[in-house]
Amino acid sequence: MIKVENLYKWFGNKLVVDDISFEVTKGEILGFIGPNGAGKSTTMRIITGFIPASKGKVTVGGFDIETNPVKAKSLMGYLPENAPLYANMTVYGFLNFAAEIRGFSGAEKKKKIEHAITTCFLNPVMHQSVDTLSKGYRHRTCLAQSIIHDPDVLIMDEPTDGLDPNQKREIRNLIKSMSEKKAIILSTHILEEVDAVCSRVLIIDKGKKIFDGSAAQMKDKSENAGTFTLEFAEGNAAEIIERLKLIDGVSRSEADANAKGTVVIKVTTSKQADKTEVRRKIFEVVKNQGLPLTQIKVEEGRLDEVFYAMTRGNAA
Amino acid sequence: MAISNITAIIKRELYTYFNSPVAYVFIVIFLGLTGFFTFMINNFFEMNESTLGGFFQWHPWLYLFLVPAAGMHLWADERRLGTLELFFTMPVTYAQAITAKFLAAWLFIAIALVLTFPMVITVSYLGNPDYGVIACGYIGSILLAGSYLAISGMTSAITRSQVVSFIISVVICLFLILAGWPPVTDLLVNWAPVQLVDIVSAFSVMPHFANIQRGVVDLRDIVYFLSIILFCLMTTGIILKNHAAG
Repeated sequence: MIKVENLYKWFGNKLVVDDISFEVTKGEILGFIGPNGAGKSTTMRIITGFIPASKGKVTVGGFDIETNPVKAKSLMGYLPENAPLYANMTVYGFLNFAAEIRGFSGAEKKKKIEHAITTCFLNPVMHQSVDTLSKGYRHRTCLAQSIIHDPDVLIMDEPTDGLDPNQKREIRNLIKSMSEKKAIILSTHILEEVDAVCSRVLIIDKGKKIFDGSAAQMKDKSENAGTFTLEFAEGNAAEIIERLKLIDGVSRSEADANAKGTVVIKVTTSKQADKTEVRRKIFEVVKNQGLPLTQIKVEEGRLDEVFYAMTRGNAA
Repeated sequence: MAISNITAIIKRELYTYFNSPVAYVFIVIFLGLTGFFTFMINNFFEMNESTLGGFFQWHPWLYLFLVPAAGMHLWADERRLGTLELFFTMPVTYAQAITAKFLAAWLFIAIALVLTFPMVITVSYLGNPDYGVIACGYIGSILLAGSYLAISGMTSAITRSQVVSFIISVVICLFLILAGWPPVTDLLVNWAPVQLVDIVSAFSVMPHFANIQRGVVDLRDIVYFLSIILFCLMTTGIILKNHAAG
């Protein structure tokens, strides 16, 4: 649905977007992450046609945003950063404008507005002036205008910024529920959101794409990814470590000196090893030796560690 | 699609005008001042003429402040609120957006102008006015307002501050009023070539406005006003596009 090819953007002589290419298909939720000033918002603004690219090509649903902007824009819904809204309008009046500009009229328009209001839980404020809304409602009103025409492509710049935890949850569920029939791009600073919502992650730093893959793949890059922690009620730590080291695929095993009363051993697997196979073998050893295993914990790797490692020292 | 976009934007703009105090303040002050100038300063009743010349005569000066006040928000406010980003990611072209916003504001001023109809009733009650001249007066007045409005729309696109927009457009409109006035041409006459002096004085709105007020609708005067409007709307487009390009 969205195709971005070799995108560049200069502001003056500052390069803000540096050769970014990617594609998003229907059913995908692509998460943009990166330090402040990395070029996330600029990239989104180019895709939505608000600012022109210096070089490169963006097509939405096959329509080039430079040469066929109206067609491309009509396929898109956009929630800009900070959810801007027209003052002096009621929520209903604003959505009425959004529906009319998207080409709806009469009974169909009314249906679209009502659907957007229900979807974004705006019923209690629909006749209230936009000026008087709380931040959560403002965000949802702006979100409502972006989905009013049920677009194939949805682009959201920090959709949950400034919302309380419950509102964040609602918005995330809403985004997930819409993802089946749409191609969605969202940017965020919240790494857990990437994990909870996005099917793919794109890390941008200093205008460059430095990672493109799933959240799980990103976690795998973590040093801790694939580490097991085994806890035994009792036993000789050194002896257990020796045993575990014999297993194929185990690169390191060491005792946790901080453990109190129990024996805690951390096992690191080598990168190439099949982790499930390694785990199965560990269980075999435990069974054969009759070791009193009380707990096993698998470290997934942490997104923030990977993010930090990738973008370290580059925060603007 | 184009027409429905334009009507949707015009509706939204008018909705904003009449949902804020701006519209009412504008209309009340406009009507109050036209009345004051016509009756108190021009001594309408003592002139003993059934014309509206004394009424229209003040319009270039009233519009000088009122029209930039009505047009200063057009783009500056969109920039300040960030809605420009929302607006230009909707399926509208620059031409549609600029035309629609201009037409909405022009329509609003036209509404204020229509509300001066008691003036027409008064003269026709007191005497036998030439309705053709009155109609020309209104046409000239609305064209003048349109020109000022296009200028303030253009200055509004330059900045996110409505005050800056207001001041710059008042200065430009003032220049258009004074361009042919001797003190201004005298500034040039001693050193500039005659052609330049002629060009500058040809920019003045006053002779064109005065012609139409006399009941002479000359195509050249109409073209003068329409070309100011068109020039400013196109410049607005260039400014907005440049702003987006960063």
